[in-house]
Amino acid sequence: MKREPSMLVEARGISKQFGGVEVLSDVDLDLHAGEIHALLGENGAGKSTFAKILAGVHRPTRGTLKLNGSKVDVTNPIAAQKLGIALIHQEPISFPDLSIAENIVMGRQGGGLLSRVPWAKIIADARQYLDMLGVSLDVTLPMRGLSIANQQMVEIARSLASDSKLIIMDEPTAPLTPREVDTLFNIARRLREEGRTIIFISHRLEEVRMLCDRVTIFRDGAHISTQKIDDISDEDIIKLMIGRTLKKFMRKHVAEIGDIAMEVSELSRPGAFEDVSFTLRRGEIIGLGGLVGAGRTDVARALFGVEPAISGHIRINGVDAMIHTPTDAIDLGLAFVPEDRAGHGIFATLSVEHNLTAAVPGKIAPSGFISRSLEREISRKAVDDLSIRLASLRQPIAELSGGNQQKAILARWLLTEPDILILDEPTRGIDIGVKAEFYDMIGDLAEQGRAILLISSELPELLSLCDRILVMSEGRITAEIPREEATQENIMQAAVPRKGVAA
Amino acid sequence: MMNSTPAPTRELAPARPTWHIVLVRPETMTFLLLLFGLVGASFLSPFFLDAGYILRSFTLTAEMSIVALVLTMVVISGEIDLSPAANMALSACIFAWVQDAGVPLPIAVIVGLLAGLAMGALNAFMSIRMQLPSIIVTIGTLIFFRGLAQVIAGDRSIRVPDSFIGINNVMIAGIPLPVVIFVLVAILLGLVLGTTAVGRQIYQIGTNQQAALHAGINAKKIKVGLFLVLGLVSAAAGIMAASRLGSVRYDLVLGGELQMVLMAMLGGTYIFGGRGTILGTFLAAWLLVIVSTGMTVANLLPAIQLTVLGILLIVAIIATNFIYARTQR
Amino acid sequence: MTLVRSILLRREAGIVVMIFAFCLAVGLYKPHFLTVQSLRIILLLVPLIMIGAMAQMLVLVARHVDLSIGSILGFSAMVVGLMYREFPDIYWLVGFPVAILTGAFLGLGNGLLVTIFRLPSIIVTLGTLSLYRGLTFIISDARQINRSVIPTELKAMSRTSPIFDIPWIILIAFGVALMTYVVARHTQLGRQIYALGSNPEAAPLRGIDVAKVTLVVFTLAGALSGLAGILYASRWGFVNPSNTGAGFEFQVIAAVVIGGVSINGGVGTVSGTVLGVLLLGCVSAALPLLGIPGSTQNAIYGAVILIALLIDRSVRQRGVTSLSRAAS
Repeated sequence: MKREPSMLVEARGISKQFGGVEVLSDVDLDLHAGEIHALLGENGAGKSTFAKILAGVHRPTRGTLKLNGSKVDVTNPIAAQKLGIALIHQEPISFPDLSIAENIVMGRQGGGLLSRVPWAKIIADARQYLDMLGVSLDVTLPMRGLSIANQQMVEIARSLASDSKLIIMDEPTAPLTPREVDTLFNIARRLREEGRTIIFISHRLEEVRMLCDRVTIFRDGAHISTQKIDDISDEDIIKLMIGRTLKKFMRKHVAEIGDIAMEVSELSRPGAFEDVSFTLRRGEIIGLGGLVGAGRTDVARALFGVEPAISGHIRINGVDAMIHTPTDAIDLGLAFVPEDRAGHGIFATLSVEHNLTAAVPGKIAPSGFISRSLEREISRKAVDDLSIRLASLRQPIAELSGGNQQKAILARWLLTEPDILILDEPTRGIDIGVKAEFYDMIGDLAEQGRAILLISSELPELLSLCDRILVMSEGRITAEIPREEATQENIMQAAVPRKGVAA
Repeated sequence: MMNSTPAPTRELAPARPTWHIVLVRPETMTFLLLLFGLVGASFLSPFFLDAGYILRSFTLTAEMSIVALVLTMVVISGEIDLSPAANMALSACIFAWVQDAGVPLPIAVIVGLLAGLAMGALNAFMSIRMQLPSIIVTIGTLIFFRGLAQVIAGDRSIRVPDSFIGINNVMIAGIPLPVVIFVLVAILLGLVLGTTAVGRQIYQIGTNQQAALHAGINAKKIKVGLFLVLGLVSAAAGIMAASRLGSVRYDLVLGGELQMVLMAMLGGTYIFGGRGTILGTFLAAWLLVIVSTGMTVANLLPAIQLTVLGILLIVAIIATNFIYARTQR
Repeated sequence: MTLVRSILLRREAGIVVMIFAFCLAVGLYKPHFLTVQSLRIILLLVPLIMIGAMAQMLVLVARHVDLSIGSILGFSAMVVGLMYREFPDIYWLVGFPVAILTGAFLGLGNGLLVTIFRLPSIIVTLGTLSLYRGLTFIISDARQINRSVIPTELKAMSRTSPIFDIPWIILIAFGVALMTYVVARHTQLGRQIYALGSNPEAAPLRGIDVAKVTLVVFTLAGALSGLAGILYASRWGFVNPSNTGAGFEFQVIAAVVIGGVSINGGVGTVSGTVLGVLLLGCVSAALPLLGIPGSTQNAIYGAVILIALLIDRSVRQRGVTSLSRAAS
């Protein structure tokens, strides 16, 4: 009904590799001036990487960007700012000890180090930009102590101050209350009326439907589809997000399911997860699905005592368990392969051997003194059992490939002879071949009568391995689906937050 | 959507040959420097061919060297303590003051040791329980302990009884007792750090405290233990110094924290934790003695030694950081 | 109401109350303490610490620390003293630029080591603390610069006054404080120092040249320590290679942390630091009156630092909990 809208951004063939892995391949995308454009996709589909390329945080491996018809090279965040591109992070970047006004203008003022700070102008400008957003804050107060919602407002004011034409909001609503979301949406609409373009990254379809004009779906690092929001149904969006055909991998044997190993009831840690209850039996693999940030890792950390729950009960083998520290958990026969391998798993500079035996000091040093031969023997066996590829046991573990590092972490825990294994994204960042090995290993472990809680964002992985799948969304369990009934669609349906915003 | 960057897949790296592993160890550097220093010094003066002379020189810094061995373990665990020199002074002052007031000698020694333990406990409380950075905390306690020593001793020196004087003149098989103690402590701590489960865990905590926590290692308990041991050993070292000097002043080993940190760094202990050995610090202690006696023999001002120590500290950190950056980070 | 509350909650208010309470308590016991003359004594005790505290404040705000400022003070004072000895005819005011430049040069050395090799500033400056002190011995041949060598005009600055009977040296110290205030509050440099200390990871994202700001901060701290060096020669009339400036860094750190400068960077005001210095000055002046030996001073400094660390921690924790409450 209108004439063809003018083009603000034209991205052509944008690709990005991290260490040889292509996370974004040949993405073409056009953004109109004055639209709110949703980016949707599963975890790891490449939305955030694309946003970060636009904002100069990452540089593309290939591809070109045009802004208002002319080719641009966004080399760093400052360059992006000068071009009028702003990225609003979910947890905004700020200088907590500086005033709100300064946070709005920081990085924009020119002049040498000794040039004067025009306080009156900074404060007046900051007030003006916040007024434009309809937010009333004392701009002379420090950022520290501001709510996340208000920090986002400051970042948006910041983007106005640099007269940004393209404002990217990366999952801005996740930490907000429904009222704050309303305010944010009103502001976003006003910015659209001013002719600015907004990229809105979210998992909440309802919000996307309320706010956005068009929607683009990413999958596995590729651009799949761009459509007007009114032309596509929720079901179709979800279908496009999942899209891929199920790679056939099946467990060789399904283990015999035995007694209850762990019983979790009404476990809560406010702000992370609420009212989580489930039972896990010997020989059973339970999948924990959901989107990143749904609270799955928090539940795992609570079960293992890294960050204990505030309320609720855990029973292990029918006995009430007090788990305050990982040591407690290990004594009760739990093991935990964490998601963040580099940060929480490996001791990067220490040898493979030292990494393998880290959780079993008693086994290698029965007398308190480490027995080298015992350690060698135990490590050698662990390496053989999981066929970890390495040059030497004395090699620093950081020299191994990601998959072999992960095997080593799993091997560390198998040495504790655990009854219950919690695996958090165990196959993330691992190549296909090693992944298949992992699937076999997980199946074998269940067959040995161990109980397994598998957190995974890869739907095929959940579908092929698990006896039952729990789905979490926004800190709560929203579905429990038995193996026979589970499909990619019904897992995704439960994972995507539906409610939350009053219209 | 965060952390979605997959880890780079890497080809299998070949194991490095043994000679390479040995050669890039910082201790090797320390050892070569030590040999070099010895040869150079013996050209400078024939005194250096006399082992007795070197051993006697070593007694002057033996107390600090003993403390530096424990400090090495603290640094490997990822913390630091700048207060042990002040702890030595305060423990020694308390010991001397108490026995001067008529308390029997053995009890005075125990009081001194307990004082050191309490100082270690204060450091542990502030750094581990209160989770304040140990580097700042121990600057505070360094001033505090030294100040308390000043309160107790004022500007005078407190004499210790004649029967207690002269630990450095006690010879065991021709070797001064402080040196014997240093060697024994080095062997003991070397065994603890190199061959026990706790020693292994100290490296693990210093390498990645989060990973250690996830592996069920009680990092807090181990670190508190290290601070306590350091406090206790510092007190023992302070009392040894009192015996060697015959009297105690508040400025006992003033500025000694520099030399202790220097010994650890020069021995290849990594300032950010996770790496280092007792052997390295052991060798570095000897290296420093050779350097400083070399300078004394060459009639250089003590002041120049101060300059050299400062330069050595900076160069040692740069060098170890460089070596470790090349062999993984 | 909220205005009054926010004023009362400020760190400065707390220190002012402490200063008044302390002076009143001492005054009740020794009325002599509450006279103009003792105010003069207090003020004469603080100029060097005041200047050093400004230097250390800037460094701490940038999330670094400089342990070498006492040695820089000593070295600069020695360079100036030697200059007066070797060139007795030189115009006395030349000492000021010489001292300041000498200090700036040594400070730049710290800054270069910290930025080029990415070393923790506390270890670097522990090294240079010793290095610069050693150099002081070397250039002076371990000999003291005596009273006779220091120009009379320079020494007179600690007694004579251009205005209101306040000696030059005190005016200079407050002048430095005022200048630091202007730099910290009203220049891009100052704001970038605060930004850097507040969030070092975000600083480059906001166009802050981290290396440049770090170098400038250490150089500035060195220059101020150099200024303190020549004022030392003015105040005491001699320069001693081992005593001059020794332990200065500790007094300064004590003053600064009392004044509310956070060791975690980003937080600290000139007014708080000035008050911290004055509180220490009051304590130092009161000790002899109360018959407490001056030897207790260092223990008090140490205790004060530890207590200030604990207070800052509890303040920070309260800040964090209120933040998380707001978020949930």
